[in-house]
Amino acid sequence: MNKNDIIICRCEDVTLQQIHDYLDQGHTNFEDLKRLLRVGMGPCQANTCGHLIQKEIANYLNIKVEDVPVHKVRPMILGVPLRSIAEGNDEEC
Amino acid sequence: MIKKECIIVGGGPAGLCAAAMALASGCEVLLIDRSPKLGGQLMKQTHKFFGSKNQYAKWRGFDIAEKLVSDIIGHPKLTVLLNSTVVGLYRDQVITVLCDEKYSRYQADALLIATGASEKFLAFENNDLPGVYGAGAIQTLMNMYGVLPGKNVVMVGSGNIGLIVSYQLIQAGAFVSTIVEAAKIIGGYKVHASKLVRLGTKILPSTTIKRAIGTDHVEAVEIISLDENYKEVAGSSRIIPCDAVCVSVGLSPMHHLLSMIGASTKYIPELGGFVPLVNDRFQTSLPAIFAVGDCVGIEEASAAMMEGYLGGLYLSEYLSKSHPDHAKLVSQYEKELFLLRDGPFGQKTKAGLKKMEDAKKNAE
Repeated sequence: MNKNDIIICRCEDVTLQQIHDYLDQGHTNFEDLKRLLRVGMGPCQANTCGHLIQKEIANYLNIKVEDVPVHKVRPMILGVPLRSIAEGNDEEC
Repeated sequence: MIKKECIIVGGGPAGLCAAAMALASGCEVLLIDRSPKLGGQLMKQTHKFFGSKNQYAKWRGFDIAEKLVSDIIGHPKLTVLLNSTVVGLYRDQVITVLCDEKYSRYQADALLIATGASEKFLAFENNDLPGVYGAGAIQTLMNMYGVLPGKNVVMVGSGNIGLIVSYQLIQAGAFVSTIVEAAKIIGGYKVHASKLVRLGTKILPSTTIKRAIGTDHVEAVEIISLDENYKEVAGSSRIIPCDAVCVSVGLSPMHHLLSMIGASTKYIPELGGFVPLVNDRFQTSLPAIFAVGDCVGIEEASAAMMEGYLGGLYLSEYLSKSHPDHAKLVSQYEKELFLLRDGPFGQKTKAGLKKMEDAKKNAE
């Protein structure tokens, strides 16, 4: 299995190899991996990679998937142009 | 800030049914959906539904969507925002909405979240090669835009979505040579599976995809057999030519807005992943915020509709605008939901809901 050819985070192009390299260095939670690799920080906000990374961490630590905390979800769910916020008005769209 | 009595996020089966009940109860409703049209995933469903008459059995999904939309559209108390994504939710029932780069804020007396689910993805070699699709993407391309994604397809996953999309691909003129399934048994209804087998599709249980092969586009896949522990059986590798791979390995609830405000959530595998904990009135741990449909647990659209009706009724009750037939309608939809979950395919949901009950007890 070539882990360099397995994409885990499609938005930020992060491979399984990169995830395992950091797991081996002791970074075994989603928040750490997010800061190191930008997983979950792209347009889909961990919608795709979230459960894959949870599973990798669970397998690595030999714990249940449900015991792996996910990343903190924060506003905004999509990228919002700063201009839109600056010009933001409270009229109906 | 624009004030609204009630805001519903998501215009799929759950959100549409919730809107119908809230409107019938006399509430003012703002319904928001990110798509150009209401209907959610029903718009892609070209097959006829199972279930009872009250759940639109024998109707095609897109016809059900049209019916649910016609039930509410034009109602004087309804406002619909399309092409609009709710990008933020805050604990005082404030939402921020992005609509064509226009950013606005709304505040509601009560909110109902019906954001549905997103597709799960799979880790295998070359899973980013063009020609690898999710089942939802294939349905969007094929059933909504008339674009055939491939001529010779390998399906990964034999749940109902995998089986139904395989059949739809065949209807559209493609060949589905193989369906691989990691589990020992076929996931979906046998009536769908046997129809596919009659049409020449091989369904291979205890088998998975190891690798997509191709330079610029999928040309073949390598599949392997799995043992009891889901480990590769040595020497079981086979190459199957294809020009598209469809990944249909389940859905995951869109809990994100609710997680954002710190509503209690729990990972419940039987319900598809992280779900908000809701009480028997579909109220989250924040009393003015309700959640229904796939975002509180993956089920079929029929269940999402029943939950939507119930959520709309309870939301109206919360706003002191109970529907005149509240008690009667609640017991009717509760009964429908019970019947839907009573079959063998409802066992998983029931196990998940039991875990949700336990989690709520622990939280108290």
